[in-house]
Amino acid sequence: MGKTTSEKIFDAHLVNEPFPGTKVLRLDAVLCHEITTPIAIDDLIRRGKDRVFDPTKIKAVIDHVTPSKDTKTATQAKILRDWARRHEIKDFFDIGANGVCHALFPERGFIRPGYTVIMGDSHTCTHGAFGAFAAGIGTTDLEVGILKGVCAFRQPKTIKFNVTGSLPKGVYAKDVILHIIGKIGVNGATDRVMEFHGSTIDDMTMESRMTLCNMAIEAGGTSGICQPDMTTVDYLWPFINGDFASKEAALADYSQWRADADAEYDQTIEIDVAALQPTITFGYKPDQVKTVSEMAGTPLDQIYIGSCTNGRIEDLRIAARILKGHKLAPNVRGILSPATPKIQQQAMHEGLIEIFMEAGFCVTNPTCGACLGMSNGVLAEGEVCASTTNRNFMGRMGKGGMVHLMSPATAAASAIEGMIADPRKYL
Amino acid sequence: MKTFGGPVLFLDRSDINTDEIIPAKYLTEITKEDLRPYILEDLKLPGFDPNGPKTKNARVIVSRANFGCGSSREHAPWVFEVNGITVVIAESFARIFRQNMFNCGMAAIELPKADIDQIFSYADAVDTTMNVDIKAGTLTMSGGGKQSTFHFETSPFDKALVLAGGWVDYADQKY
Repeated sequence: MGKTTSEKIFDAHLVNEPFPGTKVLRLDAVLCHEITTPIAIDDLIRRGKDRVFDPTKIKAVIDHVTPSKDTKTATQAKILRDWARRHEIKDFFDIGANGVCHALFPERGFIRPGYTVIMGDSHTCTHGAFGAFAAGIGTTDLEVGILKGVCAFRQPKTIKFNVTGSLPKGVYAKDVILHIIGKIGVNGATDRVMEFHGSTIDDMTMESRMTLCNMAIEAGGTSGICQPDMTTVDYLWPFINGDFASKEAALADYSQWRADADAEYDQTIEIDVAALQPTITFGYKPDQVKTVSEMAGTPLDQIYIGSCTNGRIEDLRIAARILKGHKLAPNVRGILSPATPKIQQQAMHEGLIEIFMEAGFCVTNPTCGACLGMSNGVLAEGEVCASTTNRNFMGRMGKGGMVHLMSPATAAASAIEGMIADPRKYL
Repeated sequence: MKTFGGPVLFLDRSDINTDEIIPAKYLTEITKEDLRPYILEDLKLPGFDPNGPKTKNARVIVSRANFGCGSSREHAPWVFEVNGITVVIAESFARIFRQNMFNCGMAAIELPKADIDQIFSYADAVDTTMNVDIKAGTLTMSGGGKQSTFHFETSPFDKALVLAGGWVDYADQKY
């Protein structure tokens, strides 16, 4: 019997099975940010266990509220900064070099096929785009990860998504994943890995695959996983060209993590994207989705383009293409937050920042801020935001605010019209 | 080991998420105790008051499907813990929330829908209380002159975490 990708990764990293059904895995990467890590550091100090298992496998960034907005957030940043220095964690990213964790860490080449990755952040599932098993965990699991380099999991079952067809004009990875979540529900993949296959995924860039895997958690999924291929190798090549004689050699090695043809799945779901339309959420749960055309005309107050879902260069290019030569409608304000400094610089070189600013957008530094209502774009009560982020929970971007999740293209079209708008007429 | 059981807070909705349990704006707190006033602050349910006596007195929460979905923040179990709530009973849980509960030595107990429906029939009694025996895997509801007992399963690992009072010391010894 063959194995799924996550089964192969579990087998290769198994330390032991202390109780039936619970597997303790060796970790390749423990990722940290300033919201969930300081409290773990504080607890480890109080327990007399201020140690790290391997400083080269721990990566840390200040990203949720940066630059700090008040004493409390400055304290969180300081605890993380001091800890990184104390333990000689070289891959620590502070102001000037920091960006949204799930965009920054892949961009630095830290995530490889076959890796086990944890972080005290639910959108850690993003990193499965590289053929890794990547799961969000809480602070206690993070503490143990930092201390011992292990994490305990119930072995998840796997749902195979066979996604086929060419994406129609104006339809992107974000629309695909919103459609999938709408189909299976917010707990449709609980205790399951969402393994993505098919010609549509094969044709996607790594950026699109990250968008897809990023929202696996919104269906309850433990990790999203894509199959490593030449697209994965091309993306990682600057970081791995010393390890392999050729790209073909890298591909041959990484292919060991691809699911076997006779792997056994909990469920297989066929998704044909050929007739898919731009998709959007309408309620307070990510599975409450409609087509954009059904929601067109809904009045807006704010447009937000950014986040670990859709703040990458590809997203900025798509939005800028639509915004070029247009202005924000007078009733809305626009915020662009490129996800990392590299993306921001690249967007400057390509003239994208100019397009956004000419349209009337405010361009912020890379940060998670507004997505979870912590800084840089919090909504007032009763306000409505067109957002490229991943969660539309009640109060998410500010108490009493409403969030509609959508692709960067739909957000850009909506910015021009000041209400929810179909991007296809601008393409 | 923590103590389990007591007055029950009924939250009659599926998909209660971690933003409703503890909004992100409070994630800047460094100590668990500081979270106490903000329990369930953004949860909107008919008849529910996050500051009301039912919330204040509760030691157990009973809810529907997919409880604790959304963020990985362990602040969600912590805000329950500092308010004296150490058990959540639901039809199903989001994975991270469920593990966070056990990692803190608390209990996230899953019961079939029929059992949850029966437990909700106690919601209107003023003297509703629940006894929970983690080792035996039983819980007993009483209130309004009625009493019922339910059986539940916890995985051997999760039970060990509850008995050990959490995962950090256990893991440091074993790995």
